[in-house]
Amino acid sequence: MIDFILLFFLVVCAIAAVRMKDLLSAIIILGAYSLVMAVVWTRMNAVDVAFTEASVGAGITSVLLLAALSRTQRGEDDRRRRTEDRRHDAEDTRQDMEDRRRGAEERRRKTEFSTRTKKTGISAHSLLSLIVVIVTGAVLVYGTIDMPDYGDPDAPANLHVAPRYIERSYKDTGAENFVTAVLASYRGYDTLGETTVIFTAGICVILLLRRKREQ
Amino acid sequence: MIEFIAGKYNYWIYITLMMVGFYAMIARGNLIKKIIGMNIFQTAIFLFYISVAKVKDGTAPILWDKAVIYDNPLPHVLILTAIVVSVSTTAVALALVIRIYKEYGTMEEDTILGMTENRERTGGN
Repeated sequence: MIDFILLFFLVVCAIAAVRMKDLLSAIIILGAYSLVMAVVWTRMNAVDVAFTEASVGAGITSVLLLAALSRTQRGEDDRRRRTEDRRHDAEDTRQDMEDRRRGAEERRRKTEFSTRTKKTGISAHSLLSLIVVIVTGAVLVYGTIDMPDYGDPDAPANLHVAPRYIERSYKDTGAENFVTAVLASYRGYDTLGETTVIFTAGICVILLLRRKREQ
Repeated sequence: MIEFIAGKYNYWIYITLMMVGFYAMIARGNLIKKIIGMNIFQTAIFLFYISVAKVKDGTAPILWDKAVIYDNPLPHVLILTAIVVSVSTTAVALALVIRIYKEYGTMEEDTILGMTENRERTGGN
């Protein structure tokens, strides 16, 4: 029963995070979602994964999202409010005519574009996305009919190589935790590759966010 | 029938989660919303893998002399790696969003598309 409640809470969190207009709220809800996910994984006895999700998923991902938000803007879909702000600014500071004319032109172009999409695009687009999502979901549900039941000990995933690792990993590596044994010993090179992925991602972020030196 | 639902409803909840993320990725125009959707999508897949590893009455895959049956440790290892990779992709995606915001002053996909269209029409910047 508790498992069902947790899973239900996950779905509620996910929908709330997607529907929330305020991006800061959406990110906080996503953090709650990750933490509930960690609890679900603890319930499924995946303790190492739960730790990682609680620290990396709920922690670092939230921090990254918040950092990105602090460098951009908080609201979603606030185009109208933004142009209004700009208009007020223009009125208040009395910028020179050239600037205002250019701003008005840009604004007109922008509103022209947004009304155009609103008339033809937006609703049709989200309706089409909804259809795509429902069809994909239905196909996936159809696929689960053949899946072994949840917790089935005779599921193919649990029969082939897994028992061998459970029997031998302590003898082979001396690690009492089978997950650690596989991660750090049997698949050590793969974990090295994983750190390479993080390194590459770090370089990408630095290259993208590097400030151009003033000439 | 009830047995069938009891054995499978977990998968359907994962699919629901995944589709919520998928919808956010394709229907929402805000780029940060898309990244949030991508995160939900990824964690739903992780959840699916972890649930496949669960064995009824199994204990956590750590050596214990009272254990009768262990859960399958291999999907756990796979997902440990995947979580770290997903954080890396999120970081790169967010860096791209920040760059796009610097360039266009917005994170709304349709506004950006309109601006690029305008740019092409007027020829360059």
